[in-house]
Amino acid sequence: MTSIGAGTDRYLAEFESLERGADRAPAWLAALRREAMARFAERGFPTTRDEDWRYTNLGPLAATPFRAAGAVASLNLSSETVDRAAIGPSAWPRLVFVDGRYAPEHSSRQRLPGGACLSSLAEAMTTDPELVQRHLARHAHWDADVFAALSTAFVQDGAFLHIPAETAITAPIELLLLTTVPGALAQPRILVVAGPHSRFTVVERYVGLTDDMCFVNAVTEMVVGPGASVDHYVLQEQGASTFHMTTIHAALERDSAFSTCEATFGARLARTTLTVRFGGEGGRGSLAGLYVTSGRQHVDHHVTVDHAVPRCSSRQLYKGVLDGSARAVFNGRVIVRPDAQKTDASQTNKHLLLSDGVEVDSKPQLEIFADDVKCTHGAAEGQLAPEAIFYLRSRGLDDTAARRLLTLGFVREVVDRITVEPIRSYLDRTLEARLGTERGSKEMP
Amino acid sequence: MLSIRDLSVGVEGKTIVRHLNLEVRAGEVDAVMGPNGSGKSTLAQALAGHPAYAVTGGEVTYLGRDLLAMSPEDRARAGLFLAFQYPIEIPGVSNAAFLKAAINEQRAARGLDELDAMDVLERLEQKLQLVEMDKSFLSRPVNEGFSGGEKKRNEILQMAVLEPTLAILDETDSGLDIDALKIVAQGVNRLRRPDNAIILVTHYQRILQYVEPDHVHVLFDGRIVKSAGKELALELERRGYDWIRDEVGAVA
Repeated sequence: MTSIGAGTDRYLAEFESLERGADRAPAWLAALRREAMARFAERGFPTTRDEDWRYTNLGPLAATPFRAAGAVASLNLSSETVDRAAIGPSAWPRLVFVDGRYAPEHSSRQRLPGGACLSSLAEAMTTDPELVQRHLARHAHWDADVFAALSTAFVQDGAFLHIPAETAITAPIELLLLTTVPGALAQPRILVVAGPHSRFTVVERYVGLTDDMCFVNAVTEMVVGPGASVDHYVLQEQGASTFHMTTIHAALERDSAFSTCEATFGARLARTTLTVRFGGEGGRGSLAGLYVTSGRQHVDHHVTVDHAVPRCSSRQLYKGVLDGSARAVFNGRVIVRPDAQKTDASQTNKHLLLSDGVEVDSKPQLEIFADDVKCTHGAAEGQLAPEAIFYLRSRGLDDTAARRLLTLGFVREVVDRITVEPIRSYLDRTLEARLGTERGSKEMP
Repeated sequence: MLSIRDLSVGVEGKTIVRHLNLEVRAGEVDAVMGPNGSGKSTLAQALAGHPAYAVTGGEVTYLGRDLLAMSPEDRARAGLFLAFQYPIEIPGVSNAAFLKAAINEQRAARGLDELDAMDVLERLEQKLQLVEMDKSFLSRPVNEGFSGGEKKRNEILQMAVLEPTLAILDETDSGLDIDALKIVAQGVNRLRRPDNAIILVTHYQRILQYVEPDHVHVLFDGRIVKSAGKELALELERRGYDWIRDEVGAVA
């Protein structure tokens, strides 16, 4: 195998040692990996000449020699540390991954009802080979997306969740993904299959326990079956020097409902490549995100909603708060294909700029090929209104408290969408802490 | 309580209030009336400390302190309250959260303990009745989507909750129907006590039928040109502001 793309040599070497190793991948998976590796090697890390990466410089990522998580020893974590990092109570089913590797000793896989399966991906390849083969790497576009290709080339373990038809699960299922070892490359892979008319909530929680440089490359594929309803959360608090790349692909079938809500607080560079594809009529998608950044953080969202069939609706609401010399990139692409009549799509992206040193590149990209559709988009960026600050000061809040309250108000619209209690109070707490402590603004209607 | 001497205020380099003098004593209601553009709102905003209103001369003493040296929040914490002519909308911040923050900031400044959410809620619910507002107002974002009358009543609610020593109402009565006007007037009358004072800035005499002023001052071209008892308001209602213009013109 020859390397063409930049920065791929050491990954090729890692790949070759993986192939030589004792890993007994089934033939289809071994072939898939080789193909994906070839794709990654051919493309290399994108540069800012690549339209999808125009505002996000991957130079430092490509230049850093990360070691695959398998080659490094992860920290031994106490159960207290794990519990503290988790969002939900221990009553929630939970799978824990440390630097991308499944940690059964910290996981609690309560018996889920009705033949539901929550397991490591490696196990699922044995217990549910047909389902895994049918969906793994069949949705995320690894042929076009370098990070999905890199993930697919090294796919070994991860989380597998299958909820069968007509099954509703009340307690959210938490996937806790911890980053602990400096210099590690962790590639968690998540596959979620929602059977027809199933209903559940899944939470991806990323926590960095080190502020040294790490590289997390996560890929989540979700198949939302006919009539199913899935709520998905991604709550990211990586360490300050981590590169956090995440690719999420949701394939929605007929009459399904999918909501995803992302809260981004950590990482030096965080990129989310989210694709929601409607493959059956009557689907509903709700996509929301909030990001609170400071220092030299860089947060990039590339969201694609693909209306491939008629009568589906999608709602996008993304809000970012930028301080210091932070940078945000938002690219919201909505494709309405020729047959997708009666599409109802909206997109809103707003940024609050708390300092003069921040930079925002927000771009809606509407590609509409059907005529009987409703598509709206709006983007806005601005600072806190001086009149509002004065109004609050005239009631006794000082300048700092006024700005904090207004900033919390700015993100409230996203937080208000969250109905799962521990998640909501987690966000309230984290926002309070990130935006400073506010006297008297907590826990009010 | 409030002593304004020779006050001049400019906005964007243009002088609006010129050498204004006004005394407000505890226990009084002072109406400041004047035609559009006479400087009523400029005076009100300058007293509250709006940074866009630049004081270019004069002094203001409030409870023995140099008011002009105080930040807007310190004025509020010292019991000064401005009911805005155009209340500001604050998306994402509920009325309850806003009022809780305001109450506790002011309490902290007076060395009092912070009130928790339940205490605040109880206090707010009592005051809601005064302005005939529904409890749902508390969970709605501050002024967002409120009608003009609701915004004005919300100002009165804030005033009732914060119990100011000196309340300045900047045309709170304008644009209100008679029912809303009575509610606002009732809110003002409830606040009337021997130890506090109210400045009613208004264009019309109408609200003075429900809130009886101790003094009426006419503001004209940035100055108080005439002060008298409540009968002056009726005269202004009957004769308009033109005769003031003539009178001032004759003197000048």
